[in-house]
Amino acid sequence: MEKLVQRKGESLKVIVPAEVDHCFADEVREEVDRRLQTEDIRVLEFDFKDTEFMDSSGIGLLMGRYKLMRAIGGEVRITHTGERIRKILMLSGIHKIIPIEKEF
Amino acid sequence: MKQEMKLEIDSIPSNESFARVVVAAFLTRLNPTMEEVADIKTAISEAVTNAIIHGYRQEVHKIVIEAAIEEDILEVSVQDFGVGIEDVKKAMEPLYTTRRDLERSGMGFVFMEAFMDTIKVESKVGEGTKVTMTKRVGKRYGRDF
Repeated sequence: MEKLVQRKGESLKVIVPAEVDHCFADEVREEVDRRLQTEDIRVLEFDFKDTEFMDSSGIGLLMGRYKLMRAIGGEVRITHTGERIRKILMLSGIHKIIPIEKEF
Repeated sequence: MKQEMKLEIDSIPSNESFARVVVAAFLTRLNPTMEEVADIKTAISEAVTNAIIHGYRQEVHKIVIEAAIEEDILEVSVQDFGVGIEDVKKAMEPLYTTRRDLERSGMGFVFMEAFMDTIKVESKVGEGTKVTMTKRVGKRYGRDF
């Protein structure tokens, strides 16, 4: 889990794996929340470049981290989403509160 | 000819991926598109996660998954013998969840409805819940049966 969560300055980047379900959501939640409590993080990025599958557990994970980051005045970024992940995010409506960054 | 499968698994999180992969493998004979496979995997994942978290409240018991293919229709059911749902209509409302503490998004049934053609939820308090879903698969080839 440690190598999936990388620190760079005030940013914490989560390299989201190929499949996001309840199992992964619980693991990453534990690790990210621990680091948010002990380190000075302003930006939390979820990088979906490798992700092909996500269910609603991923939505719960993103919502929860969004609330945490908002409480400390920070922000959540969602990057490198493929077509499938965008479909899931749009369906959940979460893109209305966390902008999905456009690809270039 | 109708083709069937049945899988009985423990209600543990690592079986969520196992269950969706098994059903996806069963589905390959219909030549599904990548999108159809992803839709069905998501729906199975939601139903199995519900059984684990809500049906069995994270205790370990059995979940039964049955699937059948007839012509180009997949029918799949996920059944637990847990606590059951008091108000199915309410449980299916978007964003409704009884486990905010576990960061459940309340989107599980929304995803199942969105990704499958039909969904039927049978539940009895104290006896369990059975979610049955269908989807027509292999749309890209049209109907050539």
